[in-house]
Amino acid sequence: MSAQFYNEMYDSAGNLRPHYQGFAEWLATMPADRLARKQAEADSAFHRVGITFAVYGEESGTERLIPFDIIPRIIPALEWTALQAGLWQRVKALNAFLHDIYHEQAILRSGRIPPDQVLNNAQFRPEMMNIDVPAGIYAHIAGVDIVRAGAGDFFVLEDNLRVPSGVSYMIEDRKMMMRLFPELFSRHMIAPVQHYPDMLLENLRTVAPKGVADPTVVLLTPGAYNSAYFEHTFLAQQMGIELVEGRDLFVKDDTVFMRTTQGPQRVDVIYRRIDDDFLDPLVFNKTSMLGVPGLLSAYRAGHVTLANAIGTGVADDKSIYPYVPDMIRFYLGEEPKLNNVPTWMFRKPDDLKYVLDKLPELVVKEVHGAGGYGMLVGPASTRAEIEDFRARILAAPEKYIAQPTLALSNCPTFVESGIAPRHLDLRPFVLSGKTVGMVPGGLTRVALREGSLVVNSSQGGGTKDTWVLEY
Amino acid sequence: MLSRTADHLYWMARYTERAENLARLLDVSYQMSLVPQSVASQNQNWGAILALNSLEATFARSYAEVNVDNVLRFMVSDANNPSSIYSCLRAARENAHAVRGTLTSEMWESVNATWIELRQQSFEQINLGGVSEFFDWVKLRSSVIRGVTFGTMLKDDALHFIRLGGLLERGDNTARILDMQYHILRQNDDEGASDFYQWGALLRSLSAFQVYRKVYRDAITPARVAELLILCQEMPRSLHSCADGIVRMLQLIANGASAETERRAGVLHARLHFARIEDVLADGLHGYLTDFMDRIYELGDGISQSFLMPA
Repeated sequence: MSAQFYNEMYDSAGNLRPHYQGFAEWLATMPADRLARKQAEADSAFHRVGITFAVYGEESGTERLIPFDIIPRIIPALEWTALQAGLWQRVKALNAFLHDIYHEQAILRSGRIPPDQVLNNAQFRPEMMNIDVPAGIYAHIAGVDIVRAGAGDFFVLEDNLRVPSGVSYMIEDRKMMMRLFPELFSRHMIAPVQHYPDMLLENLRTVAPKGVADPTVVLLTPGAYNSAYFEHTFLAQQMGIELVEGRDLFVKDDTVFMRTTQGPQRVDVIYRRIDDDFLDPLVFNKTSMLGVPGLLSAYRAGHVTLANAIGTGVADDKSIYPYVPDMIRFYLGEEPKLNNVPTWMFRKPDDLKYVLDKLPELVVKEVHGAGGYGMLVGPASTRAEIEDFRARILAAPEKYIAQPTLALSNCPTFVESGIAPRHLDLRPFVLSGKTVGMVPGGLTRVALREGSLVVNSSQGGGTKDTWVLEY
Repeated sequence: MLSRTADHLYWMARYTERAENLARLLDVSYQMSLVPQSVASQNQNWGAILALNSLEATFARSYAEVNVDNVLRFMVSDANNPSSIYSCLRAARENAHAVRGTLTSEMWESVNATWIELRQQSFEQINLGGVSEFFDWVKLRSSVIRGVTFGTMLKDDALHFIRLGGLLERGDNTARILDMQYHILRQNDDEGASDFYQWGALLRSLSAFQVYRKVYRDAITPARVAELLILCQEMPRSLHSCADGIVRMLQLIANGASAETERRAGVLHARLHFARIEDVLADGLHGYLTDFMDRIYELGDGISQSFLMPA
């Protein structure tokens, strides 16, 4: 056991942590071949049910399973309570920030964030200026990436306020664990997560346009070839709402309708899983076939709610991330409950000078990158790769940030060689409407390659069921 | 419901039904080819299957000779043939995939599992196991999907569009199979003894052999076979029975733009409901069936415009 990393199951002396006690006892009674059989059963069930994600760049329509690991990630109740309070605080501040920068811009005038960082950000949407959205909420759904590092502290890695995905795996992983090992659930008090779609629907209904008593909510998908299509169908089905594509909708008199077999039907709330750029070809990307012409105009007229709102990307941008603790202080008058990862911005001359020499120890990320693409993990890179990045940074310093290489916590994981520790993160989902809420848990992603710190499914990551214990 | 959703459901059902009936058609042709006859007339019969689906040109691009092996391979598992069983089940699965949220999970799993199993079988493997076994598998999977559909889906518009698609396709396919086989069998009339087996094979392929016995309790004659498959209201694969269902489904999903489609379905139904087989045969069966298929095609067009692709 490496002492360098925080292990979710064992403490540094190699003793079981108390919240893993029950699981470890059960595991000790499980013959290795039974575990392997259960793992195979899980894989085949995921295949049959078609819980897959589409892979870009391979033969069209290629679908792949996200590997599922049968050893759960367990979070004790007290830790969860603290984490939840920190997440609510953070998402409240981010929504306040979004409302502010699209209205008075007090935070910019106060000098806490340099105005050009926000106003010249590609994710800032001037079209949103002075539009009042229901309940003042912009990020109705936030998928905040959390890692545990060092001695066991939680850090926020990314806020994900655009179209975060993964919640369907959280629910399917739980279903699978209950099917494979029902006995575990009678031995533990595990907080349920399967009611997430109900909470989401309720949340979306509370932000319907004014005066709509019984709002029609739909989920807007880019279509069957999108990588998260499974999740779109899953959520629409679980909420009992229509799964629509852009071509199913049209705008007339600043009102959105869907084409049904009984004629046009008005739509009040759109849970959209399409990026801002593709929403309305009249305003944004002109070539978009995925969007709905006239949607922005209906939105500005207040006749339809978009969740998430347009223009949330400016708040989860990596160049804005370093300012989130200040936002919490500014809008809520509170000290942040969750840590930010120390971040150096190459756009600042001081930072640039200081960290340019330290690249071999650092992680460098593109400000607009996502999904584990376009990043440099210093300790895992060759000298040539580092020099290549150094040149790219010097050519456009404002496009990059640097962070220390975090010693991500790890957790025993079922791999070919048996059970071995692998690094992981956690994505809980925070829902904001008239109130803020969340289900206890989230999606745990695990880097299945030995030593790897990259958990993204596009980079060979898998998932685990996440248990929040209720005591 | 969403027009696009209805469209996918309707076509999912049509393609599944088409795959099943294709298996039925190929099975009867295969059974008939086992009755002693010249190789030339055998190959002629296989050619008729290509003609039935207007596939001669597509076939000729990849195959040199019309014979049992080539036609079976082409119609069973050739991905380049849009009308093969393989292509139909793929299209059914793609349509299901596009609306999997509307289907019950059992339904989606049965459609998806069918496709996964099919993809794992090469034509050589199918041939090795016997094509009839494969055709039985296709019929069985279609029955499973249908059973899961009726057994698990809410009886709302989604189910009505699925049924409408299935009925339209079945009516068309029964007419096609009958048209082709009737023609071949009448030509072979002088070959005598094989007749009983051949008409029997046709009936069996449409699951109508026992039904025939029950209804007529008498020798198999071409006129009665035609009557059973066209006019018998109680026979689930007959044209009359399909028209019954189409009219009923259209009543359930009617909207402000569908009156003309309903009227046409009513006319089609009346022509079957009040027909006598003597008159049909006297006027010419081929003409009658062709007219029926044209009307089914028009209905499909009308359904598309009224419900599935509104302007």
